[in-house]
Amino acid sequence: MIPAAFEYYRPTDMAGVIALLQEHGDDARVIAGGHSLIPMMKLRMADVPHLIDLQAIKGLNGIAITDGTVTIGAMVTQHEIINSAEMEKAAPIMKEAALQIADPQVRYMGTVGGNVANGDPGNDMPGLMQCLNAQFHLTGPDGDRTVDARDFYEAAYMTDREDEEVLTAVSFAAPVGGFAYEKQKRKIGDYATAAAAVQISKEGGKVAAASIAMTNLSDTPVWSDSAGAALVGTACDDAAVKAAVTAMLGDIDPTEDNRGPVAFKRHAAGIVLGRAITRAWSRA
Amino acid sequence: MSKKMHVKLNVNGEDHEFLAEPRELLIYALREKLNITGPHVGCETSHCGACTVTMNGKSVKSCTVFVAQANGSEVTTVEGLGNPDALHVLQENFKEHHGLQCGFCTPGMITRAAKLLEENPNPTEEEVRFGIAGNLCRCTGYQNIVKSILSAASEMNAAKEAAQ
Repeated sequence: MIPAAFEYYRPTDMAGVIALLQEHGDDARVIAGGHSLIPMMKLRMADVPHLIDLQAIKGLNGIAITDGTVTIGAMVTQHEIINSAEMEKAAPIMKEAALQIADPQVRYMGTVGGNVANGDPGNDMPGLMQCLNAQFHLTGPDGDRTVDARDFYEAAYMTDREDEEVLTAVSFAAPVGGFAYEKQKRKIGDYATAAAAVQISKEGGKVAAASIAMTNLSDTPVWSDSAGAALVGTACDDAAVKAAVTAMLGDIDPTEDNRGPVAFKRHAAGIVLGRAITRAWSRA
Repeated sequence: MSKKMHVKLNVNGEDHEFLAEPRELLIYALREKLNITGPHVGCETSHCGACTVTMNGKSVKSCTVFVAQANGSEVTTVEGLGNPDALHVLQENFKEHHGLQCGFCTPGMITRAAKLLEENPNPTEEEVRFGIAGNLCRCTGYQNIVKSILSAASEMNAAKEAAQ
């Protein structure tokens, strides 16, 4: 419950953040909503001698939807995602997923940027971002760069972000067609036993395109190219759904924990994906 | 030990200034520095919501906010909603509908419920249950908490209509 002592900074521009990260290296960490980092600090699992609060940085807030591209500032909270009418119109899967993350209090504080940058495979947004083929925008000492969500995750808590970089925004093309985020969990606020993010577009009664990503079924989120491909060109009938599930099961690698053994998680993964495809197709 | 910082908080309409280490959690600043002991600590993993307060218009778990982050904020706790001589309509209804037993979750529950009804003055039962899902209760089984909140909502709406 009692975190170790740290020096606290509240810089007002990104240059100030980067300078602190350069000065203190691995001893510094940025804090966004604080709802993964503070719990880890309270358990002394994270040691952060220099804590850099991003709350006063301008330019990390707000949702912009222009020319079919959705851009979400890293400090946008889950609460803001849920309450944005523009977001619900442009990418309704965001609200559906955000409502399955944590609880009201956590959603007022927890940010999209923190969720995707955290690197915990339990987080829901990373798989969702891979489903949407999002780009992550990073700022560091050498300037800005962009990384595909599908290339960002390397292992549990290991991402492509360098220690001196800050994730400033995520963006993606507003998705077309039907959507679903289906999450199996033990109770409110729990990370998924298994979850699936699905976007499907329809043309002439057939699947024109499909994107499928799975949450908490490996040490990273899993975008299953082959599962999406198994649906394309079909009428999304039972056989096609089964083929997609089989393809997905070849891509995941769950581990046993108190949410269940591997066989159960694979079973749950198949169930949630089947449900997600069915719901997405019904909305396509 | 890091050096202490000068912290300013407005709690329940009153300005407070004190020195604290940045790592001090908001819940401890409220309870131990300011003697505002309604908000409680029920866990160390940010689940139970017994420490819930309203900070800058958001329901937050004050065990998961460093006092450094909260510096400059406006905070409302259950003590700011009503007092024994003039209960808030939620407090009155928790009493009326037996929405509490040991009372340990109640300050967080009522503070959260107040924000919920501000954002959604006409919630369904399902919306109330989902809206308080960040607040655990060991005693009541939630049923009477839901009744208390729904009843408070209709009283607040009736009062609003009467005022128009």
